[in-house]
Amino acid sequence: MSWRSCFYFLRAAHKTLYTLQEQLGLLGRSGIRPSSTMAQTVTPILSVLPTRGLVDEKFKVALENLPPRFPVTLHSLHQSEDKDYWEAFGYYVSDDRGRVTVSQDASLGGTYTGAEPMGLLWSMRPVPGSRTGLRLRKMDVQSPMVVLISAYKGHVFEGFREQPPMASAVTERWYMAPGVQRIDIRERGVKGTIFIPQGPGPFPGVLDMWGGGGGLVEYRSALLASHGFVSLALDYLSPKVAVADDQSLVYFEKAFNIIQQHPQVIKDRVGICGLCLGASVTLNVAAYSESVSPRCCVCISGSHVLPAAKSLSYVINDGYKHMDKLLVDEQNRMVWRHAILPITTNPDEKLDMGRIKCPLLLVNGDDDQSKATVESAEDIAKMMRAAGNEHLLTTLNYHDAGHLIEPPYTPHFRASNFIIQHLQQKVLVLWGGKTKPHADAQEDSWQKILSFLREHLYPCPSSSIPQAKL
Amino acid sequence: VTVTPILSVLPTRGLVDEKFKVALENLPPRFPVTLHSLHQSEDKDYWEAFGYYVSDDRGRVTVSQDASLGGTYTGAEPMGLLWSMRPVPGSRTGLRLRKMDVQSPMVVLISAYKGHVFEGFREQPPMASAVTERWYMAPGVQRIDIRERGVKGTIFIPQGPGPFPGVLDMWGGGGGLVEYRSALLASHGFVSMALDYLSFETFKTHNECLSYFEKVFSIIQQHPQVIKDRVGICGLSLGATVTLTMAAYCKSISPRCCVCISGSHVFPSGVSFAEVFQFKEMDMGKARLDEQKRVIWRDMILPIPTDPQRKVAMGRIKCPLLLVNGDDDQNWATVESAEDMAKMMRAAGNDHLLTTLTYHDAGHLIEPPYTPHFRASNFIVQHSKQKVVMLWGGQTKPHADAQEDSWEKILAFLRQHLYPCPSSSLPQAKL
Repeated sequence: MSWRSCFYFLRAAHKTLYTLQEQLGLLGRSGIRPSSTMAQTVTPILSVLPTRGLVDEKFKVALENLPPRFPVTLHSLHQSEDKDYWEAFGYYVSDDRGRVTVSQDASLGGTYTGAEPMGLLWSMRPVPGSRTGLRLRKMDVQSPMVVLISAYKGHVFEGFREQPPMASAVTERWYMAPGVQRIDIRERGVKGTIFIPQGPGPFPGVLDMWGGGGGLVEYRSALLASHGFVSLALDYLSPKVAVADDQSLVYFEKAFNIIQQHPQVIKDRVGICGLCLGASVTLNVAAYSESVSPRCCVCISGSHVLPAAKSLSYVINDGYKHMDKLLVDEQNRMVWRHAILPITTNPDEKLDMGRIKCPLLLVNGDDDQSKATVESAEDIAKMMRAAGNEHLLTTLNYHDAGHLIEPPYTPHFRASNFIIQHLQQKVLVLWGGKTKPHADAQEDSWQKILSFLREHLYPCPSSSIPQAKL
Repeated sequence: VTVTPILSVLPTRGLVDEKFKVALENLPPRFPVTLHSLHQSEDKDYWEAFGYYVSDDRGRVTVSQDASLGGTYTGAEPMGLLWSMRPVPGSRTGLRLRKMDVQSPMVVLISAYKGHVFEGFREQPPMASAVTERWYMAPGVQRIDIRERGVKGTIFIPQGPGPFPGVLDMWGGGGGLVEYRSALLASHGFVSMALDYLSFETFKTHNECLSYFEKVFSIIQQHPQVIKDRVGICGLSLGATVTLTMAAYCKSISPRCCVCISGSHVFPSGVSFAEVFQFKEMDMGKARLDEQKRVIWRDMILPIPTDPQRKVAMGRIKCPLLLVNGDDDQNWATVESAEDMAKMMRAAGNDHLLTTLTYHDAGHLIEPPYTPHFRASNFIVQHSKQKVVMLWGGQTKPHADAQEDSWEKILAFLRQHLYPCPSSSLPQAKL
């Protein structure tokens, strides 16, 4: 080989090597100054689809146009109605094509790990420095939850506010689908909010009740209406609500009738859904009401242990009579679980489950620290077996889920501040549950609750045989 | 037994270019239904589409998978309920559906009717209905009015810290300030400026014209969130001609890439670019009327002139160029123009920069996907203020497919050339 051809060979080889180096992004490290056309800044493209979703809709978060094998942190930020900040984050490394696909890739750390499409929502917790005992709830359902999703360089666990992200996207999470109507109910002494699905109807109905925390909590009802049920969120604990001592069922029967009588509701397709104290009310109505018959019932984190056919205020006060049985843990959190343990054998102290005439779905977490729901469910099954109506019962037990099993993708909190309604006392209550299993329980149970309600409340066109099991 | 189906549309609120899933369940098995869409435009006209389905053995209809047996669209068409919309019977004629206010969504009512119905949707109640919103702006996108230095437009800025690439976005000879494509581009990560370039005094000279567009381009470049050397231009129809002119002749600005939809490099009027906006010397003699008295402008630049003075010097183009055309374009001879552009660029040695997409049976108005096609519509000829019915061309289904496919390719092209690619600095000319 002559010197000349050698020279050309070397020059060509160098060119190739240079190009290769460019392609491997090594130029910076090798100290060669990049040309003005080469990007120094990393400008990834972050997408969230859908950009506006229902609270129970899954989204797809993806990053592209990253360098290959580039570490990034995906971060979510939300400011609650109470003005507190909540955040979640996951650590990712881009693939060889410079992409991160949250629904498929595994998070290597952060507030959630593994392949978790919705981890950026359900693993949220208050940002460092926040007030304690917070709970995230949307009270105004006519506006969306706004979440800011951002991508940061590297694996970051703090200081998100101090550094600019590489990219960010805003997504809205709605409790109300477009076309759902919201109507205040203040009639016959009943206080609540009705949500009516889009469409001519007629629709099945659901009476929806929350727990002992009181107030008018609308978001589950709004979501139920977004899925085709006329739903009434009922306030039954506010001081102004007229729940007379000896006529506690009347208030609920009136609420039930309001739904039935709505022109867009199928009268014989109205069910009841309750959580915690609301679940106890549900069982009470289903077992003892002489004037209303729910078509089916859903009881989340509830119990049948309470004095039968006694007034509601008695029930609430009765619950706090056994304060000596109530534990306070080492962090001064109230553990109310043991209040009804062991489950009483005295039939006067619990609802007669043999009187249940409709399909019943129980949803419980086995790490419920607030109420002995799993033990209650076992006793309910025993009672119904003895009475011969056990075929109506379906129980879902979620391992390591806590008390507050809510619609999916909203955060879990093992404990939070709670005001005991009638005593106006503020305490910190332990609800229980571990974040990931609790999030899974919320996702799975919501699907099953919707299926259960559809099955029993939507007239099935091809068969008229009532089906009791899920 | 009342039939109470459950109708769902997911997502309930989507971007205009997002696909949705429409499904019906809880029907009796093998039950005939009509799925119907209804939209009231900003002009208060009603648009509708419908498809005929039969539920499966489980009583379900899944629009994204099942075939429509008739209606305004047939076959398995997930988005047919949107792109096959047309004005309801009894509407005014020559309508065109365009969203001028991009800060509110297009609201579409999807309904399910018993049986296979082709009329009287307003007179009978549906079995079920759902409302869906279609947005041009993603949450977080900002909209800013631009009224500076004699320039009239709107800038849309994506959510995020940036910096972002930029796009100058221009519509056609219909004039006005049309924002929706820009809003959508910003929803996809580009700072985008919609420009109204026809509403003011005409330019006196070619240079005046060029410096105006250079000014506009630099407004985008100078935005603090824009990457200065990553600004491209997108134009449709007359806007495409402006795009090519800027790319070829502007001295102080250089677009990083250009997208020309249904455009031509042939100056419609003759010599001066400034006169393009006046259509002054346009050879109207070659405009035809079809049997329905609709105006066909297709032949006005045919045959493609050989005189280089009458067309943009394509050899001067220095950046990647994407042409998007429909071969049933009755308004402008875009396919023939594209062939001539290729020839000119081949001769000049820069045809490696050119990519041409030609869509069979698509018409002139190739817009972002899932909005209706109209073979003709009312049009006001800018300068003479004459009101005509303009024939755009295209057959509905192929045109809808063209809109869907071209939009994906336009976005990919813009991303490829305007988003700094972290792993390679070799400029890539082909798509």
